Amino acid sequence: MSHVLKIENLQVSVGDKPILRGVNLTMNHGETHALMGPNGSGKSTLGLAIMGHPGYTVTGGSILLDGEDVLEMAPNERARAGIFMAFQRPMAIPGVKMADFLRHATTNVRRPDRKEGEDLIPMREFRKELKEKMSHLRMDPEFARRYVNDGFSGGEMKRAEILQLAMLQPKFAILDETDSGLDADAVRLASESIADIGGREKMGLLIITHHDKLLEHNPPQYTHVMLGGRIVETGGKDLAEELHRSGYDRIRKAYPDAEAANQEMIAEEAAV
Amino acid sequence: MTATATDLKFDAAGFEAFIASRTEPDWLIALRREAFEHFQSMEWPARRAEEWIRSDLRLFQLDKFRVPLTQSDTPSGEGLLSEGVELGGRILTVDSHCRAESLRESLAAQGVIFGSLERLASEQPELVREHLFSAVDPDYDRFAALHAAFWSGGQFVYIPRGVVVAEPLHLATLLGEGSVDLSHTLIVLEEGAEATVLHEANSVQRDAGGLSLGALEIIQRPGSHLRYVSLQDQGYKTFQFAHQHAIVDRDASIQWTLAAMGNGFAKVNQSVALVGPGADSQVNGVMFTEGRQHIAYHTLQHHVAPHCHSDFLYKSAQQDQSRTVWRGMIKVDKAAQKTDGYQRNDNLILSSRARADSIPGLEIEADDVRCTHGSTTAQVDEEQVFYAECRGFTRNEAVRMIVTGFFQQIFDRITIESVRDALGQTIARQVREYA
Ligand SMILES: Nc1ncnc2c1ncn2[C@@H]1O[C@H](COP(=O)(O)OP(=O)(O)OP(=O)(O)O)[C@@H](O)[C@H]1O
Ligand SMILES: [Mg+2]
Repeated sequence: MSHVLKIENLQVSVGDKPILRGVNLTMNHGETHALMGPNGSGKSTLGLAIMGHPGYTVTGGSILLDGEDVLEMAPNERARAGIFMAFQRPMAIPGVKMADFLRHATTNVRRPDRKEGEDLIPMREFRKELKEKMSHLRMDPEFARRYVNDGFSGGEMKRAEILQLAMLQPKFAILDETDSGLDADAVRLASESIADIGGREKMGLLIITHHDKLLEHNPPQYTHVMLGGRIVETGGKDLAEELHRSGYDRIRKAYPDAEAANQEMIAEEAAV
Repeated sequence: MTATATDLKFDAAGFEAFIASRTEPDWLIALRREAFEHFQSMEWPARRAEEWIRSDLRLFQLDKFRVPLTQSDTPSGEGLLSEGVELGGRILTVDSHCRAESLRESLAAQGVIFGSLERLASEQPELVREHLFSAVDPDYDRFAALHAAFWSGGQFVYIPRGVVVAEPLHLATLLGEGSVDLSHTLIVLEEGAEATVLHEANSVQRDAGGLSLGALEIIQRPGSHLRYVSLQDQGYKTFQFAHQHAIVDRDASIQWTLAAMGNGFAKVNQSVALVGPGADSQVNGVMFTEGRQHIAYHTLQHHVAPHCHSDFLYKSAQQDQSRTVWRGMIKVDKAAQKTDGYQRNDNLILSSRARADSIPGLEIEADDVRCTHGSTTAQVDEEQVFYAECRGFTRNEAVRMIVTGFFQQIFDRITIESVRDALGQTIARQVREYA
């Protein structure tokens, strides 16, 4: 399988405020990319724009999945085409059980042509698979009966996102700070699980992180640094290590224009 | 079109003809005459009266309706609540006349009385007289007086001391196009008795018109337990004015589940009075409106005795240009120390033109109580929809799921499977396309 997700000169605004100012990123199936950068630089915005969040207007550039125009697709079509994002802040859906949510989601993603009202994956078959995946992730079976992210702790939410990744098996997965809110043991488990689910060339991974633990079991071939809505530098695993060790001072100094844009975005944010 | 064959209006001539057509005990006729006098001397509610300020009565014209004097030929169908349920008994009422009644012999042998209230007022005069209008006040307003004068058909459910009725009792009330229902439902559970009553009101078709002027009285003696479920699904052009009251005595409990789906215009006064220590009440209300429906519930949880518990939860979803009004009150009398009262109304507005008024209230005279109340009104959260879309749900599937989830809390509280199924079906029917 040689799938490609190709982002070219992507420009995104919220309202009339520009956030992404020309992002270029090409990911091949089987690769692991780390996306780093200071707070407010636009990492989550990139993920949300790839998924098609209606609040993020694409004002220029393109996103292609195997040559298909992703920007033409509704969010659910993007999901069905094999793009997944683990949310930095997952939403709670009270009253909807995790298992029911996932059964519906899994059916739609596995049968992209499914029309509303058509059968879902048979309950027994689905339960069996879910149970296996959950035990693999060392999750309490009770989890499946809880309402989606409702009253979940920060760590539980992130683990639920990993479970969804495991069930949906996308071609490309964006993991937006899937390590935040997890304790040391949970981060290690998450790192291993992600490697297990997405590693060994099973999908293309874009790991957004401020830490190095997730990358331990998922060594990136590429590390991208975002600043002021642009990817200003791309390197290998060693770049991630450097940033983790020394922070963004070198980057900020090396790309004063991007740094100015970043400061501007943060200032505007504070003014709101 | 109108199924009832008379031309009698709700006026003096109509009343006399109505009385003349009936063979009833004198006490009942006296009661009707008094109520009719009151009806004539009363005014319709003032537009600015607190209970009516949000519910404009001007579209209602009593003149358009006729006294349901005789059996109608409205055809009847099957019930939703009773689907797949072993029933202990069943009463079918069509246009305010009892059309069919049945009760298991084993229950009759234990002294259970179950049948047309009209018939039983003559056959069991002491029992009926003792309880009739003991919970509902016929002078409350002009609608209550009108009902007290003209009620007909109706159902009487009487469970004697210590008798436990395991199988649900089913009350079906059907309204023909343009017809009038004046059913009075009287449920009495003697000490230690237990029963489940499933009550559904339907019209011959979804957009039927008509008038429903019903009343419900529930009287529970100490230690009795009742599960009462009502599914109101009358036509979208019907008017409903109803008084529904329960009196619950020491250590007795009521679980009252209601679904208000039908009616074009409904104004319901619902209350539970907890009159003996240890009485417990739970109310689960579901409303789902569409089109131009206007559904108003005025609810009261009245703590008369100490150490009682009340827990009222109403969940409403509104679409199109429909509107719901919920005005809730926890009233705690001075003597009702150690009251535990809970009251909540959540609204999910599904269209920019729909509206929900939610007015919780507390009136507390005792000083050692715990009362909590709250109301929320929200729209479907676009971030929730997007999250589900990112998991492969279409927008429509996402909204449907969120709406269903909104009602789940009520489902979690309902202990009767057929009721959960019936409610699930009606809600699913109601949720439309959200493109
Ligand atoms: N919905 C929104 N409305 C207004 N501003 C937004 C919105 N989403 C993002 N922004 C702004 O865009 C900029 C980039 O935000 P984004 O969330 O993409 O940053 P990030 O790199 O993910 O940061 P962090 O590391 O803190 O998660 C910030 O200035 C932020 O305030
Ligand atoms: Mg972010």
